[in-house]
Amino acid sequence: MPSLGNIRRSFAPWEDPAAKPYISFQNVTKRFGTFTAVENLSLNVYEREFFSLLGPSGCGKTTLLRMLAGFEEPTEGELYLDGQPLKGVPPHKRPVNMMFQSYALFPHMTVADNIAFGLKQDGMAKPERDERVAQMLKLVKLEQFAGRKPHQLSGGQRQRVALARSVAKRPKLLILDEPLGALDKKLREETQFELMDLQQELGLTFMIVTHDQEEAMTMSDRIAVMDKGVIVQTGTPAEIYEAPNSRYVADFIGSVNILEGKVTPAGEGRIVLDGPDGRITGAVRDGAPATGETAWFAIRPEKIEIGRTPPEGAVNRLEGEVWDIAYLGDMTIINVKLASGTVVQAATLNRFRLVEDPIGYEERVWLSFNPDSGVVLRS
Amino acid sequence: MTLLSAIRSRLVILIPYVWLLFFFLLPFMIVLRIALSDLEYGSPPYTPQFSLSDGWSGIWDKLSTLDFENFAFLVGDSLYINSYLSSLKIALISTLFTLAIGFPLAYGMARAPDRIRPTLLMLVILPFWTSFLIRVYAWIGILKQEGLLNQFLLWLGVIDTPLEILSTNTAVYIGIVYSYLPFMVLPIYSALDKMDESLVEAARDLGCTRIGAFWKVTARLAVPGVLAGCLLVFIPAVGEFVIPDLLGGSGTLMIGKTLWIEFFNNSDWTVASAIAIILLIVLVVPIVWFQNAQAKAAEAGK
Amino acid sequence: MNARWSWFNITSVVFGFAFLYLPIVLLVIYSFNESRLVTVWAGFSTKWYGELFRNQGLLDAAWVTVRVAFISATVATVLGTLAAVSLVRFTRFNGRTLFTGMVYAPLVMPEVITGLSLLLLFVSINFARGFWTVTLAHITFSLCFVAVVVQSRLVTFDRSLEEAAQDLGCPPFQAFMKVTLPVILPAVISGWMLAFTLSLDDLVIASFTSGPGATTLPMKIYSQVRLGVTPEINAVCTILIGVVSVGVIIASILTKTREVQRQRDEQAAFAQ
Repeated sequence: MPSLGNIRRSFAPWEDPAAKPYISFQNVTKRFGTFTAVENLSLNVYEREFFSLLGPSGCGKTTLLRMLAGFEEPTEGELYLDGQPLKGVPPHKRPVNMMFQSYALFPHMTVADNIAFGLKQDGMAKPERDERVAQMLKLVKLEQFAGRKPHQLSGGQRQRVALARSVAKRPKLLILDEPLGALDKKLREETQFELMDLQQELGLTFMIVTHDQEEAMTMSDRIAVMDKGVIVQTGTPAEIYEAPNSRYVADFIGSVNILEGKVTPAGEGRIVLDGPDGRITGAVRDGAPATGETAWFAIRPEKIEIGRTPPEGAVNRLEGEVWDIAYLGDMTIINVKLASGTVVQAATLNRFRLVEDPIGYEERVWLSFNPDSGVVLRS
Repeated sequence: MTLLSAIRSRLVILIPYVWLLFFFLLPFMIVLRIALSDLEYGSPPYTPQFSLSDGWSGIWDKLSTLDFENFAFLVGDSLYINSYLSSLKIALISTLFTLAIGFPLAYGMARAPDRIRPTLLMLVILPFWTSFLIRVYAWIGILKQEGLLNQFLLWLGVIDTPLEILSTNTAVYIGIVYSYLPFMVLPIYSALDKMDESLVEAARDLGCTRIGAFWKVTARLAVPGVLAGCLLVFIPAVGEFVIPDLLGGSGTLMIGKTLWIEFFNNSDWTVASAIAIILLIVLVVPIVWFQNAQAKAAEAGK
Repeated sequence: MNARWSWFNITSVVFGFAFLYLPIVLLVIYSFNESRLVTVWAGFSTKWYGELFRNQGLLDAAWVTVRVAFISATVATVLGTLAAVSLVRFTRFNGRTLFTGMVYAPLVMPEVITGLSLLLLFVSINFARGFWTVTLAHITFSLCFVAVVVQSRLVTFDRSLEEAAQDLGCPPFQAFMKVTLPVILPAVISGWMLAFTLSLDDLVIASFTSGPGATTLPMKIYSQVRLGVTPEINAVCTILIGVVSVGVIIASILTKTREVQRQRDEQAAFAQ
């Protein structure tokens, strides 16, 4: 069976049933008054994993982190870190450090004092502490800024100080709350790779919260997609992208076309969806929907072929009119309006500089795709 | 450890709470109880006195001697009624004058160039830090018969005989407006300062005249500031003592002054307490209103 | 808001400030008047200031006032800060409404009522009136002002700073002392200064709660003012105004330079 995406992984403790989870949420519920922020959630994260919690704001991902750091106690359920229950352990006694969204740098202390804060708290002797601080400053390339106050730094530098401070105590687990949210796009992309390198170098477990799907895709070993206090899907970036388990996940990560229809089986692990847009044949991996049930076929724009003539031998083909064209440089997105009124998005890679007779507005075109290129979703 | 920090966090609330209960709330209870007592010449000058040696029945007997006699006395004597009414009238008129002077000042400050605005703000706050008594006193030398204002006006030739201003209600109005002006200016200024000038531009763009835009946008958005300012002037002005005492005349009736006289000159603690209770009742509505506004502002600040 | 500064605006500002400052300026000028008749200018002289320093009663009163102000401001700052922390951090506890009410009410309470009620308290618990009763009374009303000043700073305080300290191994109380307090310190200091000047200025509450041997400066000034305007009083007032103004101006210049420095640093940081 071909694998999803094109990354071969050597690090995948979550596939090993004997591996012991490093962090374990067991049926955790957190309520604030009548509002339920996290509902009956279970999750295992393994040592040295780069794990992302992804979701829109208010989905409960930050609450999850704050429970891990000790700023909130679960209303129900248990939390374990390295096999030890965390219930009742105050934040300052947890072997976990957090990098805050606002960075939370102490404004009245210098960069060096900020980094040394946790070490001092541990009673580390001064020579050792100074050495560690110097090491941290080197790690984040801020050696010459040791004596500055936070307000004398740029946004990117502040972010790195916050990072240095949170790893200075060599925690086994680092929690990062939207660590790159305040940076501009270019700096964010650079920092993503720096974070990954750092995680490798220090051998830490990272648990990161973000609402930026690209960020999560770039950095993570695994991603959990959250919605309204529950985890909708957990998986590697490729699993989440290529095999979403619901329309919510498919729609949240990247662009997707969703076509609706009633199910009829078509044999050989295939089903046919009859809907307003026509008949669509899709492949089913596990758990085929029942006949007559409503299901959805989700397909990414880059997996749709577009042409002027009806494609020969294609299992799925749809005819429509070009509605919008967006030229993005590396690719071109074409929106095609079907007879049913549904707009389907197709993306073509611009591999040649000069194209003879490109597709234009209001042309009649044919879209085609393989049953294996998309997924059949039941919710 | 957690127990200790739990105790600590309780103490954070408990210390100021107990302090205020003892030095703020309890004194009011005592005022109320004395307002219900009878005047007696002695020390302290009221009766009944409670003491533990009386036993329950003794205390009960004494409790039954508490009555509303003092309040009846206040209602029956036109001096007190007039004091209250006159206080309210003086406070109201002064508040309006303060608004009339304070609003243009705050508006002018809010529109001043960025460079000088902090200085202007400090200049408004500065008098607030200097003694109230001194600022009222400064007006005596200006307003009296042979004072600086009369000298100036005589010199200008505007008047032939000195005006009688000191020891009249006019002097009290001037004193209140002067003393409380910063209280009016600051909330209005902060409301106007927060306002985005592009709102006025948008109103003008949509066809408002300059004055129309002022009324429909600027003035509307300043309303919370104006209300806060008016309450901050009106409430303390009603109970004012120093200004009517130093600037007003024998004809100036204000309840704060009446209370002072009852207490210090007539040594009538029971009537003074009753006056305080009624003054408080008169002020309860604006005070509660102000408190809610404060609490809301604090909430919004979060 | 930033628009054209019209003539109307300029006029109202100039007029407003003239009204605010002219009486004080006149008072200061006439404190240097040679003549005993305060309203007739008879040449420059500093003799009234000399007189002042020979007036033992006035000096005693000044000393009492400064001590009362110092003690009451300090205690009020501690209590007021605790009250502010309670108001901001503990949004739910028994009697919070009453507590909030007790913190805000003294801000607008007529002084005669506060003074009378405290006096009656001291009488009924047989507490001898004097220095300490005035001090206790001043603590009580100025702690509310401190609470409001500190509270307004605390609501904008980023709580994640305190959480970061805890996360790095600080117990909650230490985190407050090491991180929160240094950050809100400017507000606490201005709370103290406010409490100090409130106590320095107060006449009404002190008159009610004071006793023999504890005459404060405002009480002394008041008793003399009732007899009429004298250049000596003008001189006392000038000194008081001078001390307070210099204090406030220095404080605001310090804040301003720090602010300017900070903005410059920030611009420099982002220009890198």
